[in-house]
Amino acid sequence: MKFAVVVFPGSNCDHDAYHAVKHVLGQDAAFIWHKETSLAGADAVILPGGFAHGDYLRTGAIARFSPIMQEVRRFAEAGGPVLGICNGFQVLLEAGLLPGAMLRNRSVKFQCVHVFVRVEQTDTPFTVACRRGQVLRIPIAHGEGNYYAEPDVVERLERNRQVIFRYTTPEGVVTPDANPNGSVANVAGLCSEARNVVGLMPHPERACELALGSADGLVVLESAVRSVTQGALAAVASAKAAAAR
Amino acid sequence: MRARVFVTLKPSVFDPQGTTVAEALHTLGYASVKDVRQGKYFELDIDARTPDEARRIAAEAADRLLANPVIESYRIEIVTTAEAAAR
Repeated sequence: MKFAVVVFPGSNCDHDAYHAVKHVLGQDAAFIWHKETSLAGADAVILPGGFAHGDYLRTGAIARFSPIMQEVRRFAEAGGPVLGICNGFQVLLEAGLLPGAMLRNRSVKFQCVHVFVRVEQTDTPFTVACRRGQVLRIPIAHGEGNYYAEPDVVERLERNRQVIFRYTTPEGVVTPDANPNGSVANVAGLCSEARNVVGLMPHPERACELALGSADGLVVLESAVRSVTQGALAAVASAKAAAAR
Repeated sequence: MRARVFVTLKPSVFDPQGTTVAEALHTLGYASVKDVRQGKYFELDIDARTPDEARRIAAEAADRLLANPVIESYRIEIVTTAEAAAR
């Protein structure tokens, strides 16, 4: 399968994402400059981490006007799998492809540390290879990852099972201390209502090889490969059935 | 016309930066400063015939770009360019 890795001016995890899918997973991958208007036939799109457009105005606020974002939106609306990692998550929020917004971390510090996140839902193209309740050790590196949404929006997210990653202790328990940035309900990652658009603050692409301290993130990208190669709908449907049992 | 757009976090949204600034002011001895909310300020020079037209354009710009309605609200002041130059 083919991944498109979108490159904004200021992206700095584009090569990490490319390396993970191309060299670790052995899939086809292409960098797509933000001024492009085509995703070049990709099966899945990654919006990588970094500081797109210098984070001017707000994180992700300018990136949503990049020409490629129209195509990303069309791809997402057609059901294509889209993964926003860190700054890519912030871009998805500003573009309205996921609900809510990011605030400055509660600590007012840039947090660069390995954290533990629990997989809450497996019926998305980026969690289908995970076990529900699986705890992943993945790094975060952000100053604005303090997820916020109005209480009624959070309630809707929970009802629709759109919170797919939560910060927890190593044992998988949700506690305030396990929350590195102050996110509401310990939210680390979300999916869209249609479940094909996923955003998360931790960096799975930086945790794909044991030499880097953890390979726990690989399962997120493997999920995309599985969902595309086995048919996204079939994979999601079977995960849904498993969740219902 | 000049539009002044003040963007601030909604009252319901926690402002970690403002809280930190307030703590720094307390360290400086300003015990009377009870709270600080940090925001953004924009000056838009707008080619508009009337203050109402300038306000409408500034509000649209704020809704669509300058503020994120999920977490922020805004306030607009309109001054004529002559008034702005006089200050």
